[in-house]
Amino acid sequence: MHDFFSQSVYFGALATFGFYQLGVYLKKKTGLAIMNPILVAAVIIVVLLKVTRTEYADYNAGAKYITYLLTPTTVCLAVPLYEQFELLKKHRVALLTGITSSVIISALLILGFSVLFGLTHEEFVTFLPKSITTAIAMGLSEQLGGYVSITVVAVIITGVFGNIAAEAVLKLFHVTHPIAKGVAIGSSSHAVGTAKAMELGEIEGAMSSLSIAVAGVLTVIASIIFSMIY
Amino acid sequence: MKYLRQIIIILFISFLGEVLNYLIPLPVPASIYGIVIMFGLLVSGRLKLSSVKETSHFLIDIMPIMFVAPAVGLMDAWDLIRGSVVQYLVLILGSTFLVMGLTGVITQLMLNKGSAKGGEDHA
Repeated sequence: MHDFFSQSVYFGALATFGFYQLGVYLKKKTGLAIMNPILVAAVIIVVLLKVTRTEYADYNAGAKYITYLLTPTTVCLAVPLYEQFELLKKHRVALLTGITSSVIISALLILGFSVLFGLTHEEFVTFLPKSITTAIAMGLSEQLGGYVSITVVAVIITGVFGNIAAEAVLKLFHVTHPIAKGVAIGSSSHAVGTAKAMELGEIEGAMSSLSIAVAGVLTVIASIIFSMIY
Repeated sequence: MKYLRQIIIILFISFLGEVLNYLIPLPVPASIYGIVIMFGLLVSGRLKLSSVKETSHFLIDIMPIMFVAPAVGLMDAWDLIRGSVVQYLVLILGSTFLVMGLTGVITQLMLNKGSAKGGEDHA
């Protein structure tokens, strides 16, 4: 059985799609942010690989064809950004100031924690892109020499936490303006947080999803500069 | 043949991104050059939204599935991070909490300043 899983061409891809679908179902049934489909699928697959004593490399031999699509898909993120371009132009001052501050504050905090905990340069650049969409974060972590799989998990944890905590955090900081709420959620916790912003309201949702792409691109610039500091 | 053309355009822009990543000595991922090229073409009107729309929306819809395999890759990195998990969690949760709160405060200040001056920002 172990040999079969190791040699199967479609096992990796089927497990990835299938358990992701199961995660979507569980998320819908329970409504819990922790039931993030990526997280559910990854945990089940890790357990399955451990139980069948299959190597990650053997699983990835089939699954890598899915990951292969990531670059063209990231390029496509320009399409929703273009579709929301009018909204971006209308609120450009507040949006650009808010998102730029978010990107700089995030980099400074991660630098601070890294110094505090004595993390290595590789660990530092692994976490630098953690508040942005996984697609850009992965590419950036790889280019800067970080641990890509840790970046992916850090991005997911960030998103899930942002989703769960958003309402309480914004209340604590007395943020009441719908545009400010959307920008805060989208630029700190990307698409997973944006799901919460959409529940809060239409403006919050639109502003949050707009912030994802802008924060993503700005973070590339900030991360390159910060990666030279520490 | 609509999808075939859309796929060719998207792959061509991705390829251009790779070329730039190779030529320019900066750690900018190929996909970022691609986003900028695609966005520039759309805004300038050289590329019509209808030439890439359906395939783009399809790929973005299934995008989260592309992160499952890299997340599973953590099992190979586990030995490396086992000792630092608590520090990592403090860093991730602490910075997310502060970034969200402070960004909200700053954006709200800018919005209030804008509307006090009769600027263009209204809720």
